[in-house]
This record gives sequence, C-alpha cells and structure tokens, in this order.
Amino acid sequence: MSSRKPQLVAALAVAALALTACGGGTTKSDTAAGNTPETVSAGTKADPNAPLKEGLKIAYLPKQLNNPYTDVEVGGGKVAVEEIKGEYKLVGPNDASASSQVSYINTLIQQQQDVIVVAANDPNAVCPSLNQARKAGIKVVTFDSDAAKTCRDAFINQASTQGIGESLVKMASELAGGAGEIAILSATPNATNQNSWIKVMQTELAKPENSKLKLVKIAYGNDDDQKSFTEAQGLLQSYPNLKVIVSPTTVGIAAASRYVSASSYKGKVAITGLGLPNQMRQYVKDGTVKKFALWNPADIGYLAAYAGAAMSSGQITGAEGEKFKAGKLGEYTIGADGEIVLGPPTEFTAANIDQFDF
Amino acid sequence: MSAELTVTRTARLANWNVAIIAITVLVLIVAAATVDSFGTSRNFGFLVLDLLPIALVALPMTLVIVTGEIDLSVASSLGLSSAVMGYLWNANQPIETIIPLCLLLGAVLGAVNGFFVTFLGLPSLAVTIGTLALYRGLAFVVLGDSAVADFPALYTDWVTGTIGGTPIPNVLIVIVVLAVVFGVVLHATPVGRAVFAVGASEQAARFAGLRPGRLKFWLYVASGLVAGLAGVLWTLRYSSARADNGAGLELAVVAAVLLGGVSIFGGRGALPGVIAGVVLLGALQNALRLSDVSNEALNVVTGVLLIVSVLAPNLARSVLQRRRT
Repeated sequence: MSSRKPQLVAALAVAALALTACGGGTTKSDTAAGNTPETVSAGTKADPNAPLKEGLKIAYLPKQLNNPYTDVEVGGGKVAVEEIKGEYKLVGPNDASASSQVSYINTLIQQQQDVIVVAANDPNAVCPSLNQARKAGIKVVTFDSDAAKTCRDAFINQASTQGIGESLVKMASELAGGAGEIAILSATPNATNQNSWIKVMQTELAKPENSKLKLVKIAYGNDDDQKSFTEAQGLLQSYPNLKVIVSPTTVGIAAASRYVSASSYKGKVAITGLGLPNQMRQYVKDGTVKKFALWNPADIGYLAAYAGAAMSSGQITGAEGEKFKAGKLGEYTIGADGEIVLGPPTEFTAANIDQFDF
Repeated sequence: MSAELTVTRTARLANWNVAIIAITVLVLIVAAATVDSFGTSRNFGFLVLDLLPIALVALPMTLVIVTGEIDLSVASSLGLSSAVMGYLWNANQPIETIIPLCLLLGAVLGAVNGFFVTFLGLPSLAVTIGTLALYRGLAFVVLGDSAVADFPALYTDWVTGTIGGTPIPNVLIVIVVLAVVFGVVLHATPVGRAVFAVGASEQAARFAGLRPGRLKFWLYVASGLVAGLAGVLWTLRYSSARADNGAGLELAVVAAVLLGGVSIFGGRGALPGVIAGVVLLGALQNALRLSDVSNEALNVVTGVLLIVSVLAPNLARSVLQRRRT
C-alpha cells in the first residue's frame, strides 16, 4: 500500500508538468475578458414618494466587534434604526477575517433581514454571499471598507476629498484670523489621501478670499510620532511668524500638539487638522488646540440605516442622482457607482469634544 | 486477559461512537424543530460549506492522532496552498496546472513534517508548531497582504454550487469520497490495523514487524495533501486567495477529532465518531448563530464541549473500573 504512494505523487507531478507543457487550460488572461461579474439588478423603479417602511430589519456587520471606533459607528446606526421604528441587530466576528463574515452574511440571509450594512474585510470574498443576499431581496449597504461594486447597492463614503480640503482651509483661516503664515505637517510625501487633500487646500488658498493666507512650507512627518514631533519643532523655529500648523493626519496633529503644548509657542501658534478626539482631548482642554476635524463615525452608521431603509422602501434604487432624506443629517444625493458621501467633516472643539469617545 | 481488555476497549469505543452520533442526531433534530430556518435546504448548503475545510482536514488528522502524533501545521499548509494558488494565477498559469501543483505542494509540506518527526525522531507537537509558523510565514512571503480574487467562475461556481437541481452541495461529494477512503483504510485494511497498533504501543508494533516511522511519514504526507486540497477549495469557495486563509483552523480540527472520541494519546478512535464530531460542532455553531447567540458565547460553548468530550470517556472508564473491582 504505502509503496504505491510515491508513484502516485510522481504521477501527479508528471500530469501537472504535462498540462503546463501543452499550455492548455484556463488562465487569468483567458478569464479576464470572459469573466463577466455577476450583477443583480435592482429591478423595480424608484418611487421617491414611497413612505419609509416601519419594522425593517436592519443588521450591522462590521469588520470585527469590540473595536471602539466601530462601536461608535454602529451606535449611530442603532439610533437611526430606532428613529425609523426598525429592528436593529449587530453581529460580527471577533477576528477581522473574511471567511467568518461570510458565515454571518449567510446567517442574515436565513433570518430574512431587510438590510445588511457591512464593512467588508475582503471586498471579493464576501461578494458571492452578498449577491445571494441581494437575490433574496436584501439591500446591501457598505461602509468603512467597500465591497466590490458589483455586489452591493450603496457605499457610505465618510468624506469626499473636496470636503476635507475645504474644511482644513476653513479652520486654518479662522484660527489665523484670516491672514498670516500657515504650514502643513503631512504624512509621507507620497501618501495618496494626504496629497489629494493638500491639492484641494492649495486650490482653495489660491482663491481671492484666502489671499492673505500664505502657505510657507509642507513638512513631512512620515506618520511617525518622533519625526512628526521634530518636524513641528523645525517649522516653528524656521518660521517665527507662523500662525497655524495644519496636520491632515492623526499622527502628525497629535505630535505637533504635544510639542506646542509644552513649549513657549503655546497660545501663539494654533494647531489644527484631522485628529482622533481621544488622542486630542488633553490638548483641547489645555488650550493648545482650539479646533480640529474628522468625520463623525456615528453619522456613518446613521446614514447607512437611512440609505438602506430608503432602498428597502423603494424610494431609491441606488442609481446616481436619486435623492433621499436621512433624518437629522438632511437630504442626500447618490453619486456615481452608488456612493453616498457623508458630507463635510465634523469639527471638534472644547465645547463638544466630550461627547465623542473614539 | 489481553483479549478481554481488547473486548472492553472496543465496547467502550463503540459506546462513545454511538453516544456522539446519537448526540449529533439529537442536536440536529432539536435545532431543526426549534431554530427558525435551520432545517432549510439553503442552510444545509451553508452548513456543508462551512464544515468543508474542517471535515476534510479532520480525516487524515484522525489517523495521525491515532498513531499518537499530531499535525498542527494543517491550517498553515492550507494558507500556503491558497497563497501559492493566487501567486501562480497572477503569474498567468492555467488553473488546471495550479490545482495539482497545490496538492503536490501540500504533500511536500506534509513530507517535511514527516521527515522531522520520523527520520529525526523529533516530537510532532514541537515540529508542527514550528511548521505552523513557518508555512504561514511563507504564505505571507508569497502573497503579502494582497488578495487574488478573479478565479474562473466555472470553478468557483462548482464549489459553491449544488448537484443538478437538488439541494446537495457539490463539495459534499468530495467530503463523502474522502471520508469513505479514509474510513476504509483505517477500519478495514492492514494499514489501518498498523495505525492502531503503532498508536497503542509503538515498540510492540515494531517488534511485530511493522515500520512505524514509514507509516507515520506517509500519514503526514496524506495530511499535507488534504490540507493542500482544502486550501484550493477554500480559495475557490471565497474567490479569494489570501495568506491568512484558514488561520486558526487547526484548533477547530483537533477539537472535532477529540470530540469524535479519538484519544489524544493514540491507539483509540473511529472515523464515524469524528465525522459526527465535525457535524456536531458545525451544526451547534450554525444553530446558535441563527438564534443570535454572540460570538463570545459560541466560543464558550465550543470550549465546554471539548472539555466534556475529553472528560466523558475518562469518567466512563473509571466508573467501569470501579464496578469491576
């Protein structure tokens, strides 16, 4: 018995090599052309005047449970689901793996939910299950991390590039009193997100209303705490008239705030940008930072519930240009590829920072 | 004396096998009756797909554990097989070549384990914990953090599809065929008797003219081969080749095998019990999830089950012994 096994393995190897040699079979380039992604059509037409259904079963499936940021997101979802008198449910794996999400999606299909709001751990691995869900009439809304476009109805995008760039300039202008020198402390020189925001900022700064603001330097802290700290120090020494440092990265803004809060520049130079409330709280409280921004994660979950409910009620189908109302957040328009942009980031100040825990 | 011992041992084993199968059937019936949509054909398909990798890998694992060894590297072999599959697919190789190569890779990974355990005589627990880390590491070397997704629909549809118009998933064929093969080998061939003999006493087996080293080596090869196959099926099922595929699966497999009544010390066990163990664990998880039991509670249930499965046969044994004296 056992003496036959080596021959079997050898035969397998030979067979494999033979197959390679004759070059037949299905390859990536063969399928690239022929593999048409499965699409599930929305079917019915949108009726903007359809009433929002009550009792909708809306289930949230984040990347993983017990993550403070995610908890805030789904918390917002819960509020929205209660507002529209739906049934809220939260399920999810403890590990951020794609395979365990698939099991949960399958379970949600069995439970005949009306809407699944999911942050995909793997945009493709969840696809077959999500499409099964959609075939079963379930609306699929993604947030945080989009699934492949062919297997969801809408994607909640936390912020548009334009919105973030504009809001960064607006805060800088307010803090500088409309005139003076400002500097940017970014992540790495080739960070995609930061560079696109900085580009919008430069366009905004070129506008006449911002003509008195002067961008003197873009420094790069490489999203490294020590490097960002040293770069902040360098900026303040090189530009004695600097009024504001704008740091569109959570690492940079925290490091710059730490430097300024313990230096003689405290109170003279303002720090702003994109930061996490929990990291920034002490600098807001000690007066180093007057305001900074980030999208509000609770609003992401909130908006997802309304988008899913509007779709499930037939108000929208997920097509570009359709409009729907999202409770306290107001009216939204669906963009290209089913994307719904949350809107301008939320500003955090001493007055409201204690309402946020993430 | 020894004949009597064998008889009681067989009887006890049969008892646990019957017990675990009975418990499994009971759980299935109760779940179908009380949990909404547990008994639907669609849920049956989901259940089989969720069980697939555990069921496959548990088959050779049973034989390995019966010989008194263990293979903890199976999930990492699965992951490496998946990563290589993605890498070769990206390199534009035909899938018909990739699949046999991945199986071959699995066999080679198993042979490496077998070499260390049998030829160098190292403890299998240490060796396979080492290769658990090594193979997973290699998987990340091959594919990094990226995922390969665009496998041909013909293959991915087969893995997630059902036979004709019936609700029976295609992959059930793979499970049944391999289960029959391993079951026959273990329970109806000289190889199977050698597996039990080596597990009961390696020295006695050697004196009886068996070659424990060679036997174990080929069992590791079989374990690797099946893990390679599980990697291929996993990749096709999720249409996603990733280096972290199947991480942690080895624990679920060992749990199912032990729950199925196989002794971790070797020499005892039966395949029907193991299959019941796999189904029991999977069905319980599926039913509890459908009843909205949280993931944490699920883990607690699995853990308690495992302890009970190890405890129950031992308790039964001590009760029997007390009665005899």
